[in-house]
Amino acid sequence: MSTVTADHAAAFDAAVAADERVEPRDWMPDAYRATLVRQIAQHAHSEIIGMQPEANWITRAPSLRRKAILMAKVQDEAGHGLYLYSAAETLGTSRDELLDKLHSGRQKYSSIFNYPTLTWADVGAIGWLVDGAAITNQVPLCRCSYGPYARAMVRICKEESFHQRQGYEALLALSRGTPAQHEMAQDAVNRWWWPSLMMFGPPDDESSHSEQSMAWKIKRHSNDELRQRFVDICVPQAESLGLTLPDADLVWNDERGHYDFGPIDWTEFWAVLKGNGPCNDQRITQRRQAHDEGAWVRDAAAAYAAKHTPQAQQAQRAQQVREEATA
Amino acid sequence: MTQAPTVTAPAALCLGDDALVLAQRLGEWAGHAPVLEEDVALANIALDLLGQARVLLSLVGDEDELAYLREERAFRNLQLVEQPNGDFAHTIARQLYFSTYQRLLYQQLANSSGPFAPLAAKAVKEVTYHQDHAEQWTLRLGDGTDESHGRAQRSLDALWRFTGELFWPVDGLDIDWQALEEGWRASVTEVIGRATLTVPEGPQSGAWSAGAGRQGLHTESFGRMLAEMQHLHRSHPGATW
Repeated sequence: MSTVTADHAAAFDAAVAADERVEPRDWMPDAYRATLVRQIAQHAHSEIIGMQPEANWITRAPSLRRKAILMAKVQDEAGHGLYLYSAAETLGTSRDELLDKLHSGRQKYSSIFNYPTLTWADVGAIGWLVDGAAITNQVPLCRCSYGPYARAMVRICKEESFHQRQGYEALLALSRGTPAQHEMAQDAVNRWWWPSLMMFGPPDDESSHSEQSMAWKIKRHSNDELRQRFVDICVPQAESLGLTLPDADLVWNDERGHYDFGPIDWTEFWAVLKGNGPCNDQRITQRRQAHDEGAWVRDAAAAYAAKHTPQAQQAQRAQQVREEATA
Repeated sequence: MTQAPTVTAPAALCLGDDALVLAQRLGEWAGHAPVLEEDVALANIALDLLGQARVLLSLVGDEDELAYLREERAFRNLQLVEQPNGDFAHTIARQLYFSTYQRLLYQQLANSSGPFAPLAAKAVKEVTYHQDHAEQWTLRLGDGTDESHGRAQRSLDALWRFTGELFWPVDGLDIDWQALEEGWRASVTEVIGRATLTVPEGPQSGAWSAGAGRQGLHTESFGRMLAEMQHLHRSHPGATW
């Protein structure tokens, strides 16, 4: 390592240790940059792919109020994707490049969105559990060492908390509704509970990026800590919803001051992550299709912009003058 | 105290159904748009329209009963707004024709002393944005590439026959329909020309489309759209959501 680089590295370590923010023009280790690009891109992709399971119910939402809430939520998710791609671009990549990696399977998105939304209640369960898990994960990211990511997370977390409350409220309406609605809500919670716990990632002893990310203050808590926090929050919420969580081993542990819970099916987690979940193909196919079928629209916008730059307009005027002169 | 002028239910249904049905069509785009910005924009327009529909239908009765429990023959929307999305050019052509109409209509209503004036004053701000969005895309598609030009022209042509119905008088709406039609034609002609496209020729209505949506006579795809929209609500009679 050269002296200059060593000085930079020392300054970087000191800034991170002092909880200062790293900004785009600051020197940073290549591995820090690469880790952030991977994490922010995956986060952005999750927002974009995450539009699909919910958008699946926009046309069928059972009341106009619920339809409006759901449309607004899906719109917010596209907006979150845009913030996050912008944050990633400050690290020297581009949205096009990242989308290309998503479409070719070289970058991942959250495994949760590979599960299907089979009933209306799934929309409520996603709001309550999936957005709830996302918030538990993301609130600490508001203090992440990389400034642009931390600032994007502040905006995103505000909107996510709103969505989560709306999801909870939608489930509550179902739980207190007709027996058929209550059953629909319970069935949705039964199907989304375990996949939501998997959103925190593999157990600490199998998490490859965790240690370094914590040292760099990209991550503030381990996967298992956050997962435990989430379970502790959800159990009383499920009780007030009048719904049960599908885990026979779920019990308060006085000694630990936490809920104990049953084992997670990590075989399923890894299968979904490797592309073999129920909707992996469908999700990525729809994304690619939207992109490919939209290519002619993006080409049109680019061609129009090129024709209407000041330079192009000047050339056009000159051409007109020539034509008039020869006429 | 003077009584506020009351809204006539058939007129509110016509305007409310237009907004509801187009919101439903635009909602189908979520997650399928050519760029993320358009996912945002189309959802935004859909939300504005859904908001308008809710206000208008609530003037007539219960918004959900009206949206979910009426059958096809009872809907009063224009045939234009129920047309399937097609490709992006088709959606934009439909949007150009409709938002231009809606802006001129709401401008007249906002300037009137009629019962729709307060609602129209709010809606006209939203619709001005929708029209701008449709115009900007008409320019980009028309004056973009050969392919986008061709697609834009085909879409304008295909939807033209549904535009005559826009100017069919609606009972209870205090509108100068002739001025509306002239204003619409002038505005649309200007944009289409600027986009290097041609204003379609041919009839602006067919045997079934002269005021037909307003009379509850719709095109075939509409019933399927309603089946999807209403299925869940109808499966749980009396439930609240």
